[in-house]
Amino acid sequence: MTDSKYFTTTKKGEIFELKAELNSDKKEKKKEAVKKVIASMTVGKDVSALFPDVVNCMQTDNLELKKLVYLYLMNYAKSQPDMAIMAVNTFVKDCEDPNPLIRALAVRTMGCIRVDKITEYLCEPLRKCLKDEDPYVRKTAAVCVAKLHDINAQLVEDQGFLDTLKDLISDSNPMVVANAVAALSEIAESHPSSNLLDLNPQSINKLLTALNECTEWGQIFILDCLANYTPKDDREAQSICERVTPRLSHANSAVVLSAVKVLMKFMEMLSKDLDYYGTLLKKLAPPLVTLLSAEPELQYVALRNINLIVQKRPEILKHEMKVFFVKYNDPIYVKLEKLDIMIRLASQANIAQVLAELKEYATEVDVDFVRKAVRAIGRCAIKVEQSAERCVSTLLDLIQTKVNYVVQEAIVVIKDIFRKYPNKYESVIATLCENLDSLDEPEARAAMIWIVGEYAERIDNADELLESFLEGFHDESTQVQLQLLTAIVKLFLKKPTETQELVQQVLSLATQDSDNPDLRDRGYIYWRLLSTDPVAAKEVVLAEKPLISEETDLIEPTLLDELICYIGTLASVYHKPPSAFVEGGRGVVHKSLPPRTASNESTESPETAPAGPPSGEQPDVIPAQGDLLGDLLNLDLGPPVSGPPLATSSVQMGAVDLLGGGLDSLIGGPNFVTPPAAAVPANLGAPMGSGLSDLFDLTSGVGTLSGSYVAPKAVWLPAMKAKGLEISGTFTRQVGSISMDLQLTNKALQVMTDFAIQFNRNSFGLAPAAPLQVHAPLSPNQTVEISLPLNTVGSVMKMEPLNNLQVAVKNNIDVFYFSTLYPLHILFVEDGKMERQMFLATWKDIPNENEAQFQIRDCPLNAEAASSRLQSSNIFTVAKRNVEGQDMLYQSLKLTNGIWVLAELRIQPGNPNFMDLELSLKCRAPEVSPHVCQAYETILKN
Amino acid sequence: MIHSLFLINSSGDIFLEKHWKSVVSRSVCDYFFEAQERATEAENVPPVIPTPHHYLLSVYRHKIFFVAVIQTEVPPLFVIEFLHRVVDTFQDYFGVCSEPVIKDNVVVVYEVLEEMLDNGFPLATESNILKELIKPPTILRTVVNTITGSTNVGDQLPTGQLSVVPWRRTGVKYTNNEAYFDVIEEIDAIIDKSGSTITAEIQGVIDACVKLTGMPDLTLSFMRWESERILSFIPPDGNFRLLSYHVSAQNLVAIPVYVKHSISFRDSSSLGRFEITVGPKQTMGKTIEGVIVTSQMPKGVLNMSLTPSQGTHTFDPVTKMLSWDVGKINPQKLPSLKGTMSLQAGASKPDENPTINLQFKIQQLAISGLKVNRLDMYGEKYKPFKGIKYMTKAGKFQVRT
Repeated sequence: MTDSKYFTTTKKGEIFELKAELNSDKKEKKKEAVKKVIASMTVGKDVSALFPDVVNCMQTDNLELKKLVYLYLMNYAKSQPDMAIMAVNTFVKDCEDPNPLIRALAVRTMGCIRVDKITEYLCEPLRKCLKDEDPYVRKTAAVCVAKLHDINAQLVEDQGFLDTLKDLISDSNPMVVANAVAALSEIAESHPSSNLLDLNPQSINKLLTALNECTEWGQIFILDCLANYTPKDDREAQSICERVTPRLSHANSAVVLSAVKVLMKFMEMLSKDLDYYGTLLKKLAPPLVTLLSAEPELQYVALRNINLIVQKRPEILKHEMKVFFVKYNDPIYVKLEKLDIMIRLASQANIAQVLAELKEYATEVDVDFVRKAVRAIGRCAIKVEQSAERCVSTLLDLIQTKVNYVVQEAIVVIKDIFRKYPNKYESVIATLCENLDSLDEPEARAAMIWIVGEYAERIDNADELLESFLEGFHDESTQVQLQLLTAIVKLFLKKPTETQELVQQVLSLATQDSDNPDLRDRGYIYWRLLSTDPVAAKEVVLAEKPLISEETDLIEPTLLDELICYIGTLASVYHKPPSAFVEGGRGVVHKSLPPRTASNESTESPETAPAGPPSGEQPDVIPAQGDLLGDLLNLDLGPPVSGPPLATSSVQMGAVDLLGGGLDSLIGGPNFVTPPAAAVPANLGAPMGSGLSDLFDLTSGVGTLSGSYVAPKAVWLPAMKAKGLEISGTFTRQVGSISMDLQLTNKALQVMTDFAIQFNRNSFGLAPAAPLQVHAPLSPNQTVEISLPLNTVGSVMKMEPLNNLQVAVKNNIDVFYFSTLYPLHILFVEDGKMERQMFLATWKDIPNENEAQFQIRDCPLNAEAASSRLQSSNIFTVAKRNVEGQDMLYQSLKLTNGIWVLAELRIQPGNPNFMDLELSLKCRAPEVSPHVCQAYETILKN
Repeated sequence: MIHSLFLINSSGDIFLEKHWKSVVSRSVCDYFFEAQERATEAENVPPVIPTPHHYLLSVYRHKIFFVAVIQTEVPPLFVIEFLHRVVDTFQDYFGVCSEPVIKDNVVVVYEVLEEMLDNGFPLATESNILKELIKPPTILRTVVNTITGSTNVGDQLPTGQLSVVPWRRTGVKYTNNEAYFDVIEEIDAIIDKSGSTITAEIQGVIDACVKLTGMPDLTLSFMRWESERILSFIPPDGNFRLLSYHVSAQNLVAIPVYVKHSISFRDSSSLGRFEITVGPKQTMGKTIEGVIVTSQMPKGVLNMSLTPSQGTHTFDPVTKMLSWDVGKINPQKLPSLKGTMSLQAGASKPDENPTINLQFKIQQLAISGLKVNRLDMYGEKYKPFKGIKYMTKAGKFQVRT
């Protein structure tokens, strides 16, 4: 007799039959019927129609039947809220039952019925159960508070349940403590600021005591809670570590990893000279190694975390390379993670072993894994200099196998090896060239082309090789096209006499026949460089390349420190802070490692020690990316976006002029054909022109002397939120053109390239007038200043606040979003002076309710000074009057979108006690007034 | 915490769902099915899958995917450990964990799952306690229940639930008091072409079956252990794992077997030669038995014509899996398997060399040298019957060729 009998149906219809059985007089028949209902439910069948019949079976002294009915109730109460009320009485009665099992069951089930009306009735029984004499009931009630909070948070707070829950942390029973901690942690997650888990040395002590006595799951909750605490000094940190260390040998891997998190975090506070520090380091290795002998799913999570731990404290696992060796039947997700860690642990001491392994992996079946193994060999060469030669010969062996994807990967990594060790391994170029024809992946083709261009002088038939790629130029991917363009220019600069035709061909392919702005821009730049100053061209194109970093894929230190605080969580699996992926608007508090505080130093001011998010003004980084993402991502950020055509394109033809003649002088031959003016297709002229024009504006953009007031640069995007990219900036308006002056700083460990910028739709249609041009890759710790020209012909959408600008910046690492407020005066146009008569008429015409009054405090300026200051920011004085010793300035300004704003500025000169200015603004669009006033204040006070 | 659980078979049918909070539509599993489709084999489905509103964490056991749905930041190991506990519990309750068995016991399964989590928080995961709450089905009990109308749901709070020893129920009584311990060690090793050890480690466990009356306090004394060399504990009732341990690759691990192999493909010929011999190495004088050699042959191998000196062998031309059940190794007459492989005509020789997977058992030996010296019992007066067994097995034991 098995439960499968519950699935058999009859002709009459299942529901009908069940209904009859549920209402049967016989207990046994009833129970069997409920079981059938439950069975249907488990496989996803809708049996909600039986709700009243099932609830009728609830009043019973048969515990199994009661439990089954409860199971049903929990599933369907939400869809039948009115019917669910019928069950309340039984619950309330059961909460008074002498059997603690029944009391607990009742309070547990009630909490699972997610119906608002029922929650009111739940409060009283819950209050009793939280104070029940039986700890089993108390621990169940603790969880029930979390359930109730999920349904109605306000109710839980009003009823004081949170305080009762906090009291339970001091309960005598460890299981009650653990559940209270778990419930509070879950509630705290939806109220990040609420300080629910107010930890102090006393409560920590209670938690540590409960830690030793509660179940494995309770230990996880307690350890995760401990990890949020910041000890007041190193002595406290050490004493907590000592009491947590025994958890490292727990059989449950989640307990182990949570303990590792606490230790990794608190270790930060210990001095490295301490004996205990060394002891702790040694104790951390065995549990981590043991995690790798668990089931593959556990291994995967462990490996993702070990990846972080190895980056933070490489000394812990430096001798444990072998446990990361790949077994051939490991799942692919485990293999790839192990490989990553092997490279991180590779050092001179173990490189021979590692290489032998990697070579073995390169002959495996799984293509993804083989590729990664080949790449890993290249990374070893770059990381461990002594092994480079061996790595190169291993790669050459692999190329000999002629396995297509192996060859391609090998060529990609050899290119990096050439970069790292110039003039050392070029003897292998001949071997590489043999495989030219078999390369069908863009990355490999681009790498090979790079090699040919870079070493053109040593490759006799470099021109033939490159020419062969040129035939199918337009079918190549952008990556290959760009590389080919550069390589041919390099070749030309090295062997000008033989390759002029080739370079001409590629320049015309890139500039005339391509729709890709990236390619066209680069083509024109080369073209112009070659034509104006071939020596400079040589210096630019054949410049010494910056070194490539030894480690790739390293996580920036700030992010790494944050992720260490999230060991064992999903954040650690994704290597992203929770703020980057946690659902919805639930704010996430940034965690950071505690600073090291020695006990003798900190006794006086312990309050200053705890780490938290740095206080002070935080730039407004867009938190919920919902609709913004939609807007920004619809547009292709891939290639730099060229803005909509500028209205004034005075420079557009300049580009063409410059392209003449110059090349002839370089080559000295008569045959070089000057590109005809028509080479620039008419429809592409405008963006092209603007692109070139800002090449020349680059230097003049910063440090304006005249023009509108320019605020000092503020940090818009802190490095912590953008994987090491820090952006600060300001806005300028100069002779009619608006620009965004940016300062990009690379605070990460890797080189940044491929920058692009995009604005979200905004109130005044601000948009980049040209792509973001960062010419050289941005090396670590390098800063670059860029002036990005803007126009106001982009799409318009009213923003809140009005002058809010949401910006997306892309680089080779990721896309980042931030928002900033621009000062409105950058939108004040030069022809904003209104005729006197017109002014009077307009002032009268605009209804009085559109007038807004402001005070600008503490501004000791006379009328002349104010007037001239404002004029330089395009606020024009139309008339001036003196009324009863007060100066009245009547002013006008016009915004880029044609909106006029009229102003009356009242100044009381010579009154040192009254230095406030009064400003009345009238405008047909009164919502701009506050921002105009703000602009006034900014201009007048600076 | 853990929101829901879906059980999915390898053909992609959801055959059970359980929700501990609000009901999550089973359409969330579509993301899992996509990942399942992308993965070449069931084992390769990634254990953590993000969806727009949930995360799916899964384990694959007994040809069933146990897929947990979570909505907030929950430690993934916590979820995966819990899923393993679910698998263990099913196995404990029904003897095997398989789709038909779960379907046959769907109500008990549902009742048990309900006891294991409350609102996604673990409630009762110790098998001792669960069995007191929900009695495992037996044929006898089903019959008795049907006649007497009694149920398989306990109506008393499990006694161990809140005591300082939550893992042991009180009032245990046996007429024969006995305690058996199995020390089982598995060797995970990678051996390279030339026969030298690349890495070798030992995963050890001590499993126990303790049937003792009352509240006994046991002390095991070991030969090789940390400084004190003793382990003191109050045992759960019945079968349980006392501890697991790990001897890392940094130690010298004895390798009890070797494999001599010669597998050669030639470019010109459509025939390859295959020969392997298995022999004992460091066995401390014990016999190696239960030897099974398996190897995934390259795709280019069409068939194999082999002769074993002992045991039986099979080659599946579809999956290319070679399996040779050797049995015992007689040191005087080493088992060997030799013959030819027929390769695809005209194709170039395979890129990869097959790896040989080895299984074996050695009775009465713990290869790490761990030894239990004595077992003492305090707290109870009677004299229990004690026993200890040792066994060494191959874990992931791989020989590259």
